[in-house]
Amino acid sequence: MATETHGAAALDAAHGGADMASVAAESAGMPQLDPAVFPNLIFWLIVALIALYLILSRVALPRIAGILSERHGTIANDLAAAEDLKAKAAEADAAYNQALADARAEAQKIAADTRAEIQADLDEAIAQADAEISERAAQSEKAIAEIRASAVESVREVATATAAELVAALGASADDAVIAKAVEDRMKG
Amino acid sequence: MATDAHTEGSGLSFHPMDQFIVKPIFGGDEFSWYTPTNATLWMAIGILAVVALLVLPTARRALVPTRGQSIAELAYVFVHKMIEDVTGKDGLKYFPYIMTLFMFIVISNFLGLIPMAFTPTSHVAVTGVLALAVFLTVTVLGFVLNGTKFLGLFWVASAPLALRPILAIIELISYFVRPITHSVRLGGNMMAGHAVIKVFAGFAQVAAVSPIAIAGVVAIYGLEVMVAFIQAYVFTILTCVYLKDALHPSH
Amino acid sequence: MEGDIAQLGQFIGAGLAGFGAGVAALGVGNVAGNFLAGALRNPSAAASQTATLFIGIAFAEALGIFSFLVALLLMFAV
Repeated sequence: MATETHGAAALDAAHGGADMASVAAESAGMPQLDPAVFPNLIFWLIVALIALYLILSRVALPRIAGILSERHGTIANDLAAAEDLKAKAAEADAAYNQALADARAEAQKIAADTRAEIQADLDEAIAQADAEISERAAQSEKAIAEIRASAVESVREVATATAAELVAALGASADDAVIAKAVEDRMKG
Repeated sequence: MATDAHTEGSGLSFHPMDQFIVKPIFGGDEFSWYTPTNATLWMAIGILAVVALLVLPTARRALVPTRGQSIAELAYVFVHKMIEDVTGKDGLKYFPYIMTLFMFIVISNFLGLIPMAFTPTSHVAVTGVLALAVFLTVTVLGFVLNGTKFLGLFWVASAPLALRPILAIIELISYFVRPITHSVRLGGNMMAGHAVIKVFAGFAQVAAVSPIAIAGVVAIYGLEVMVAFIQAYVFTILTCVYLKDALHPSH
Repeated sequence: MEGDIAQLGQFIGAGLAGFGAGVAALGVGNVAGNFLAGALRNPSAAASQTATLFIGIAFAEALGIFSFLVALLLMFAV
């Protein structure tokens, strides 16, 4: 295919004469090598490059550089702030632990105090109770002794009366004093 | 066999180079150096695309970037880091120039991949101007910054004395072919890739091979997307290398 | 297929110049392959050397571009 066009070009060249190269370039399809388009391409290329250079150097690049440096600054700041916050957190942690230890000690102290107080109260109460108990016991003992004494008296009276009745019933007469003495003797025995 | 191919081939019409023809957008065939052409149109679209990529998404100056702003920052950091790595800190003065070159080439290359588009960077005239601009800038800068010490670039002090003149000639030649390789590498890659896609697309006219041809177009298109970026990258990094020669001419 | 003998020579020359592009491809492959071999030995250093890789590829490719250029000139400009 290509050879055909070249053949045609060669024929043209043979007919047309001298300027074979440009004819070949035009008809055989290397538009890149056609010098007629060079000035146009170069002119517009230079226009495009200048426009692009102005856009990039005036607007785009300073803006992107600003964004990047701003981000670097922000990241550095944030890192510093994070470091700060970390130190603060460690501080707070230490303070918290300290407070915890303090509170624990306080609680232990309070517990001990309370225990001691309760113990004291308890001791006092026990002592009081003991005292009361012993008092009550003494009273009871006294009451019992009284009751016993009164019982003994009653028994003596009853025994004396009974003995007098018995002596009378047996037909003997006895003196009251003798009878009382005899009862007394028996009761002691 | 050959005749078969020929008779079959004569039904095909290949115009792989038509996509590179420069023509006025407002009709007519005649044009002079200021006529707006399709090249003008696509350069303008490229500039608008750069504005849409780098200027509009960054308008909010968000601290947490949006997607568009991330792309803009990525492009900025990419070129910035390339210059810093290759030329060192003192190359950063020329960052806007290199960024302009990079953005123009990469955007032209990518826009050229759109079907029916025109690729300015496929024209050797365009890449030649870009490469010559780099070459002249670097040469002038080298002499302005270093004076005659810039000629030390060609005088390899570490080589044996007898070899130095020969090396100087070689260095001189390789210095002066730089703009040629620089421009033809980019233009040739772009042109060849687009032409190959067209040739494969031309084969799709034959029903029997059209599935293979279309698969080939897809595969080469993928390759071209990669090449479009790599060639822009290579052009830019070579600019940085040449700039480094101007800033630090000692080997 | 009619043409003069000079054009035949041009096309043959252009075709021969195409070999140069293939040989440059070998060079580029050599650069990339050696880079990969080095990168696999020391992956941590690979990222810092990608720029060097591309520069090396570009220099290797430059000579292939010359043959491409010679082919183009023979085809269209001579």
